[in-house]
Amino acid sequence: MNNKQGFVVNCALGALFLGVSLSVSADGDPESGQQLSMKGDGSGAPCMACHGPNGEGNAAGAFPYIAGMNEQYLYRQLKAYQTSDRNNAVMSMNIDNFSDQQLQDIAAYYASLDKPTSTAESANSGLIKQGERLVNVGDWDNYIPPCSTCHGPNNRGVDENFPGIAGQHSSYIKQQINAWKSGNRKTDKVQLMEAVAKRLSDEQIEAVSAYLASIPAAE
Amino acid sequence: MDTSLKVTLSLIGISIGGLAIAQSQSPSEVKLPEFEQGKYVHDAPTLSDIENDPNLHKELRKVILKGRDMFMNTQQYRGEYVFNDMDCKSCHMGEGRLPWAGPVWPAATTLPDFRGKNQHVNSLEERIAGCFSFSMNGKPPEYGSDDMLAMVAYHQYMAKGAKVYDSNIAGRGFSHLGKQMPEDISYDAGKQVYEENCAVCHGSNGEGKTVNGDIVFPPLWGDGSYNWGAGMTRIFTAASFIQNNMPLGQPGRLSDKEAWNVAYFINAHERPQDPRYTGDIKETREKYKNFYQWSLYGQEINGKILGDHDNTGEKPFLKPEVLKSRTFD
Repeated sequence: MNNKQGFVVNCALGALFLGVSLSVSADGDPESGQQLSMKGDGSGAPCMACHGPNGEGNAAGAFPYIAGMNEQYLYRQLKAYQTSDRNNAVMSMNIDNFSDQQLQDIAAYYASLDKPTSTAESANSGLIKQGERLVNVGDWDNYIPPCSTCHGPNNRGVDENFPGIAGQHSSYIKQQINAWKSGNRKTDKVQLMEAVAKRLSDEQIEAVSAYLASIPAAE
Repeated sequence: MDTSLKVTLSLIGISIGGLAIAQSQSPSEVKLPEFEQGKYVHDAPTLSDIENDPNLHKELRKVILKGRDMFMNTQQYRGEYVFNDMDCKSCHMGEGRLPWAGPVWPAATTLPDFRGKNQHVNSLEERIAGCFSFSMNGKPPEYGSDDMLAMVAYHQYMAKGAKVYDSNIAGRGFSHLGKQMPEDISYDAGKQVYEENCAVCHGSNGEGKTVNGDIVFPPLWGDGSYNWGAGMTRIFTAASFIQNNMPLGQPGRLSDKEAWNVAYFINAHERPQDPRYTGDIKETREKYKNFYQWSLYGQEINGKILGDHDNTGEKPFLKPEVLKSRTFD
């Protein structure tokens, strides 16, 4: 083996070990998370009661899909319900007894699932068209940048800070934009979403939610 | 000082204090500088205007929309015109329409004109070529080509109704904080501003963010960012841009001083070589000192001279052929 080949092999092995060590040392244990998602925290409803057996959520209840979301994002949201940076009495009650490790496990479990494929909701086509324009072009004259600027290509999310919003239930998107607007959700120190949410009119929120819910969460 | 003046001043102090608090509590406030008196404001057409203008021939509409698409998604020309991670819209926020965000239409109403940067009279095509050569670390579309025509058409349409050869334009460019950096600006203070306000999108090493190869947030230094010839390397340009446009959606969130500090910090990092590089950093800095006096190119920062290298990033050449001087002597 010449030096160059040796280098390539070493790098590949290095990457392999790095990959393995990352998954071993990752904070959450999805198997434990799956158990917890069915059992609950001892005093509240289990995750799956509202978020469904596959983490697909429920439009009527404004329960978001959480399957396939970024693991660290999910963990931070769970944590935020414990610290009241997100205010939701039901969520807080259902998870207040979980330890940090258990929250990590639950996040790892739901992150490991495939995003739902059949969430697409229908709505009035005029509303969806208006929403599409806002989501992908924005309304710069009112200083509303397009959602996709931060939520990434096809609005399917970037990382732990910028979650996927495509295919999310419209009821939940609407609820959350209003939560940013009213100060009920304070999980971002830089206030990126809060600033935009506060400029959105009720009609614009309807339109954005309707459009995002109409597009697929994943390929 | 008489008592009433003192009272007035302290009241002003209170109201300024109140404003500062109000600012942190209402991020939705868009805090932009007032337009200076006597400057004219132009309301550039929107995408809907392009789509619905009954006076546009359908073929022209197609060309303008192509130019817009090139402007918004310049990365589709990666490896052809663009050799870094930038799009035109990365610096020209709001589709190149908004005041204080480098609106592009003034290029269509004020050129041809003499430009200090290259010391000759520039056409609109040359101005666009400048952006490709420096900010995009790239190779501009050929003058007169279909792609260049589309870019020009978009610029020109954005100028619809604006006054030709009137440069008294409100909200143009990035320079409202003035050119002279305050004295007490530092790398460390800028680093802190960066970590608190910018890193969430642009990454802790200024590397930006991508998803499956698609660029979401552009890098602010390194090979994927603008090169040493870009206007944004001038600290005053970056400071004004940042103050009026960043963090995204919150113009005016940062104080003037925070903007200066973070602009200094960002531009105190390495980036691809300026296409005008002569092979010698001192000579290059001297030759274009008109420009470099505002940047840290050729200066020593943290023990290293910035720009003292041959690295052109992903671009396999230094200087695009179209960058030429011109004289009418």
